[in-house]
Amino acid sequence: MNTADQYLKAIYLIQEMEDGPASTGALADMLDVSPASANEMIGKLEARELADHEKYKGVRLTEEGIIRARDALQTYCIIERFLANVLDVEDFRGEARELEAVIDDTVAERLDTIIDRNPNCPDCFDAETDACAELEAECETTAD
Amino acid sequence: MSVSHRVGSDHQLARLLQIGIVLEEVVEARAHHHYQSLTPDDLDSEIETLLSDAAEESADHRDRLESLIADLDAESIPFEDIEALVEAQYAQTKPEDFDGVLYDQLCNEETAYKFYDDLVAAIEESDAQFSVDRARLLDVLRSIREEEADGVEEVTQVMETRE
Repeated sequence: MNTADQYLKAIYLIQEMEDGPASTGALADMLDVSPASANEMIGKLEARELADHEKYKGVRLTEEGIIRARDALQTYCIIERFLANVLDVEDFRGEARELEAVIDDTVAERLDTIIDRNPNCPDCFDAETDACAELEAECETTAD
Repeated sequence: MSVSHRVGSDHQLARLLQIGIVLEEVVEARAHHHYQSLTPDDLDSEIETLLSDAAEESADHRDRLESLIADLDAESIPFEDIEALVEAQYAQTKPEDFDGVLYDQLCNEETAYKFYDDLVAAIEESDAQFSVDRARLLDVLRSIREEEADGVEEVTQVMETRE
């Protein structure tokens, strides 16, 4: 997943959690980057009409930005689900975060052919826990 | 989350190589099932060779990836289970027609190429020390990437001659 898509996904998740625009600080925290780097990328996303930035309020995705962000979130869900269901990785959240930058959408699509993802994906994604809610439920059941 | 495109540890590298193995497993299974699903009218030596070469090449890539993982400080994963899972998934899948077989094979090769290309770039960008010799690691991955590129070309040529 490229860097722009990772930013779009992060902005989308913060928007969902805050029910409003994403502040640069929250975005920088989520992505573990400096506020200056976050601002630079926000500028690029604005230039591509994927986000709108309002001073002192934060950044909000455009309709096109939301579509791209949801695609990126789906790719992320595929990586999490693949790690948990196919490779039996316990810390699937942590590893998905490490790997997402190196796994391309086309590769994720191939991995998707051997996992059972929910039809409502990515609406099943719980931003608070950084994981697919359905997947968490499955893992808890398996652990019991 | 991490926006870094670098591979930073043995563990992360091993995980990516494992993903490569699963991708190869998928390619092999798809090629095998496509081959099985072809009617006698569709079967000709060119397509037969293409699919059998693809399956053979994937098995070889898997072995080479496995030997790299063996040198890394990382836990193993249940490959027999994965093999069974992929097999079960593809036993139900049949391409719609003959063009579907070639198109799917092209997607397989292109996806694998993209995977190895990103992986090589992520290792090149990293200054991490791995348990496996870095030069050997990159040699193996670059050579697999090259073979995937050749595969894309080969399938494209077959598709063009059949248009």
